[in-house]
Amino acid sequence: MKFDTPATTNPIDQMKVVGQPLDRIDGPLKTTGTAPYAYERHDVAAAPAYGYVIGSAVPKGRITGMDVSAAQHAPGVLAVVTAENAGPLDKGKYNTAKLLGGPEIEHYHQAVALVVAESFEQARAAAALVKIDYAAEPGRFDLHAARVAAFPPEENDITGPPETHVGDFAGAFAQAPVTLDETYTTPDHSHAMMEPHATLAAWEGDRLTVWTSNQMIAWANGDLAKTLRMPKEKVRVVSPFIGGGFGGKLFLRADVVLAALGARAAGRPVKVALQRPLIANNTTHRPATIQRIRIGATREGVITAIGHESWSGDLEGGGPETAVNQTRLLYAGANRMTAMRLAVLDLPEGNAMRAPGEAPGMMALEIAMDEMAEKLGIDPIEFRIRNDTQVDPEKPERPFSARAFAECLRLGAERFGWDARNSRPGQRREGKWLIGIGMAAAFRNNLLMKSGARVRLDGEGRVTVETDMTDIGTGSYTIIGQTAAEMMGVPIEKVTVRLGDSTYPVSAGSGGQFGANNATAGVYATCVKLREEVTQRLGFNSEDAVFADGHVRAGNRAVLLGAAAAEGDIVAEDAIEYGDLDERYQQSTFGGHFVEAAVDAYTGETRIRRMLAVCAAGRILNPKSARSQVIGAMTMGAGAALMEELAVDTRRGFFVNHDLAGYEVPVHADIPHQEVIFLDETDPLSSPMKAKGVGELGICGVGAAVANAVYNATGVRVRDYPITLDKYLDRLPDAA
Amino acid sequence: MHSHSEPGLSRRDLLVAGAATVAGSAATGPAHAQDAVNTSSMDTVPRAPVHAPVRFTVNGREHALELDTRTSLLDALREHLHLTGTKKGCDHGQCGACTVMVDGVRINSCLTLAVMHEGADVTTIEGLGTPDRLHAMQAAFVKHDGYQCGYCTPGQICSAVAVLDEIKAGIPSHVTADIMATPEFSVDEVRERMSGNICRCGAYSNIIEAITEVAGRAA
Repeated sequence: MKFDTPATTNPIDQMKVVGQPLDRIDGPLKTTGTAPYAYERHDVAAAPAYGYVIGSAVPKGRITGMDVSAAQHAPGVLAVVTAENAGPLDKGKYNTAKLLGGPEIEHYHQAVALVVAESFEQARAAAALVKIDYAAEPGRFDLHAARVAAFPPEENDITGPPETHVGDFAGAFAQAPVTLDETYTTPDHSHAMMEPHATLAAWEGDRLTVWTSNQMIAWANGDLAKTLRMPKEKVRVVSPFIGGGFGGKLFLRADVVLAALGARAAGRPVKVALQRPLIANNTTHRPATIQRIRIGATREGVITAIGHESWSGDLEGGGPETAVNQTRLLYAGANRMTAMRLAVLDLPEGNAMRAPGEAPGMMALEIAMDEMAEKLGIDPIEFRIRNDTQVDPEKPERPFSARAFAECLRLGAERFGWDARNSRPGQRREGKWLIGIGMAAAFRNNLLMKSGARVRLDGEGRVTVETDMTDIGTGSYTIIGQTAAEMMGVPIEKVTVRLGDSTYPVSAGSGGQFGANNATAGVYATCVKLREEVTQRLGFNSEDAVFADGHVRAGNRAVLLGAAAAEGDIVAEDAIEYGDLDERYQQSTFGGHFVEAAVDAYTGETRIRRMLAVCAAGRILNPKSARSQVIGAMTMGAGAALMEELAVDTRRGFFVNHDLAGYEVPVHADIPHQEVIFLDETDPLSSPMKAKGVGELGICGVGAAVANAVYNATGVRVRDYPITLDKYLDRLPDAA
Repeated sequence: MHSHSEPGLSRRDLLVAGAATVAGSAATGPAHAQDAVNTSSMDTVPRAPVHAPVRFTVNGREHALELDTRTSLLDALREHLHLTGTKKGCDHGQCGACTVMVDGVRINSCLTLAVMHEGADVTTIEGLGTPDRLHAMQAAFVKHDGYQCGYCTPGQICSAVAVLDEIKAGIPSHVTADIMATPEFSVDEVRERMSGNICRCGAYSNIIEAITEVAGRAA
C-alpha cells in the first residue's frame, strides 16, 4: 500500500482495541521468566558448546604473535577462532570497525579470538591461557585535543548536511541587543542494556541459523551474510525477545560473527554472550560532544539569530553525533546556522544510542534557552512559546504536519505548578535541601520507513501476524496485535503475533522511534489486503463490509470471519510504503519536560523529586506501553543529566568504567514517581495509523530540564554533563 | 549434560583447587583475563576440571548434580537445569538480574558457586508462578507495566517478593530512620531495597506501583 495522501477515516479510528491501555500480551511470559532470549534456546539446539570472547588489550596497533597452543590443549576446548584461521571475512555495511580484529587492531577490546569449549567454565579458563603480543601504536583518544583537526563530515541521509546557513547569522548575532554564546559538553554514553549481546549459532550444511538479540533483523541478516561471504538466503536470523537495545543492537556485532565461526570450527552449535566487561569497549556507544550555541534576540525575546555547532569523534570512516539537528527545526529565527565537525578518534566505534543527535543536542540547546530566558528576564516557557513556529524555519513553505508544542508547555506548567517557581535561583529551601524547578522542550522527528507484514486467517477465525519487526521492550507485540484485532474485528485474544525472524516480511525494525507507527501501518496495509480477500470469498462488496465482533457484516447479512477460511487459510502479504508527505510536511513529535530537584546545601547531593512529561506524538496506540516508553526515556535522560559518563583514559585509549558497577545508570533510589500526559492528537499525514513515535521523545530535553532545575535550586550553572557535585560544590550558596 | 570423569573430590583436592584459583586471580590482577598480555608465568599445564556432587532443591524439586566446582549457582540453574528465567546480565553481582531466593533470602546467584549450596532450598522466578497461574507480584507487574524488555524482570520480581518479607521480618535498611524500631513499609524503603536491581528500560516508577499494590497499600 502506498501512503501518499493524508489518511481519511479508516477502521483504526474505531479505537475499540487500538488506543486502549491493554496489558502487554507478552507480559505473562516476561514476568514468569518463560520468554526465551538468545542464550537460552535449549529448545532449538541440544548441548551447544560455549564461546568466550577475548578482546584486544591495546586500542591501536598490531598483533605480533598469538600463542593459542595451551588454550587448544586445555580441558574441554573444541576450537580457538582467530582472524588467522577464520578464513576471509568482509566487513558489514553498518560496521565501522571489523568484528574480528587481527592482526590490525582498531580499538580496545575489539574481539581478537573466541575460545570454544564444552562448558562455559572451560572456555573461560582456556581464554586466560591465550598469549597475545601486541605492537601498540599511538592513537588519538581526546576529543578536546582532536577538535582542532576536525573536518566537516560527509553528507548522507542519516547525517544530513555538515553545515546549514539561512539569512545572515553572523550579522544578526552581532547586532542583537541580547546574546548568548556558550559551550556545552556531553560525555560518551553506554547503552548498558541488561541483556548482553548474545547469539546461538547452528549450521546445517551450508545454511546458518542464528538466534540472537537484534533490533533490525534485515540489517543483521544482510551484514552477517556479507561478513561471512554467503548468500543472505542461506542465513536465518531469529530474535523474538530482546533484552534491551537502545541502539546498541541495531547492528551485527561480534557475538553473532564469532558464534557462527565458532560453530563452524567446532562442528556443532555454539553460543556466545559478550562478557559484560567487554561490552562498553567492544560494541558501540553514544559519542561525546562539544557544542557551541549562540542565540541573539530582541529585548522582547524574539530570536533573530540562532547558531549551533557540534564537535564529535569517531573511528576513521565513522560518522558524527548529529547534535545540531533539532536546532534547524525547533525555534523560529530569521538568521540561522548549524555546523558539525568530526574528529578521527581511535576510541571504540561511536554510533546511535536512543535519540542519536537530539538526545545530546537537546541537553545543550535547552540549557542555552534557559540561560537566554534569564538574560531576557522572560519566563522560560514564555520565551519558548514566543519563538514557536508552525513551519520549517529553514523552508517556510513547508509546514509541520502537527505541532502542539505550545499546548504541551502550557498544560505542563499548569499540572506541575510552574507558577510556584521562583525565577531567582537559590531561593527556596526546605531544611537542608535547596529546591529548584526546571523545564525543557522535548523534540524528536518522526521518520517514515517501509514496513511489511504477512497476516493469516484460519477457519477458526484466528489471525496470525508475521513480520520481522522486533519488540525490544517497546510493546511491539501488543500494538501489532491491537492493530490486527481492530482491522479484522476480533478480540486481541484471537490474534497471534510472531516477530523477529528473517523468514518473515521485512519491517521497519526498532530504532529512531520509527518502529511503532511504521510497523503497525504495515500490518494495517496487509490487513486491508486480507479484508479484500475475505470479502471476495464471502461474496460481499468490500466497500460496505464491516468487520466486527468476529463477524463480517454487510446489509443484513452477517458471517463468521473464520467462514472465509473454511476451505483453507487465507494469507495476505503487503507493506506500507510512503510517498512524499514527509518531504512536503515536517513530521516531528513535541513535548515539555518538567523536573523538581533538591540539592543538599551541605554536600551537593542532587535528588530528583518530581518529573512530568507532556507529549504530542499523534495517536497513542497503547497509552500503557507508550507511557512506559516515555518514563523509561526520562529515566535514561536523568542518568545522562546526573551520572552517566564513560570515562576515557586518554593515554591508554579506552573507556575505563566498562561494567555496570563503574558505569553508573539510574537505580530505583534515583527515580521518583513519574507523570506522563499525552495530548489527544492524531496526525493523518504520518500513516493510516495517524500515530508517531514516543520512545525517544521522552529522552530529548529531559536532561536539560534536570540541569535547569539544579540551576534553579542552586544558582550554579553547570554546562559540562553529567552534573556531578564536584562541578558545583564549591560554588553552592552559603549553607548556614 | 556433560560427562564427568571425576565423581569424587577429596578435601585435599578442594584446597588445591582453591589455591590455584587464588593464584590465578593474583597473576591477572584487577585487569581482565582477556587482556592476556604476559600471562605465561602460570597455568602452563592445564588441569582437568574438578567436579563435585551437590544436591539441592529448586522450586520444590530435588536435584542431584555433578558439577564443575567453578559453576556458579546461576549457571547451574540456566545451563544444567534449563531454568532460564533467572538471567545473566553482568555475571559480576552488579545488576541483580540473577536474583533468586536461597533458603528464603535473596542473593545474586552469579556470585556464589553451586557446590556451596548442598541441601539448600532455592526458589527462582519459575517457582513463583506460571503464565497461567501468576504469583500476585507477577500479576501486579503485568498490570502496572513494571517491565519493558523483560530481561531484568525475573530478578526484580524475586527481589520484590523478598523485600516485602525483609520489611515484615524487621530488617532495617539504609533509609530506615530508627534501626532499633520495626521498619515500616514506604516507597522510600522499597526504592532503597530494590536499588540492587537495575532496570535500564527505566520501569522503576511502575515497579514501585506494582510492589506497593502487593504490599496492600494504595499506589
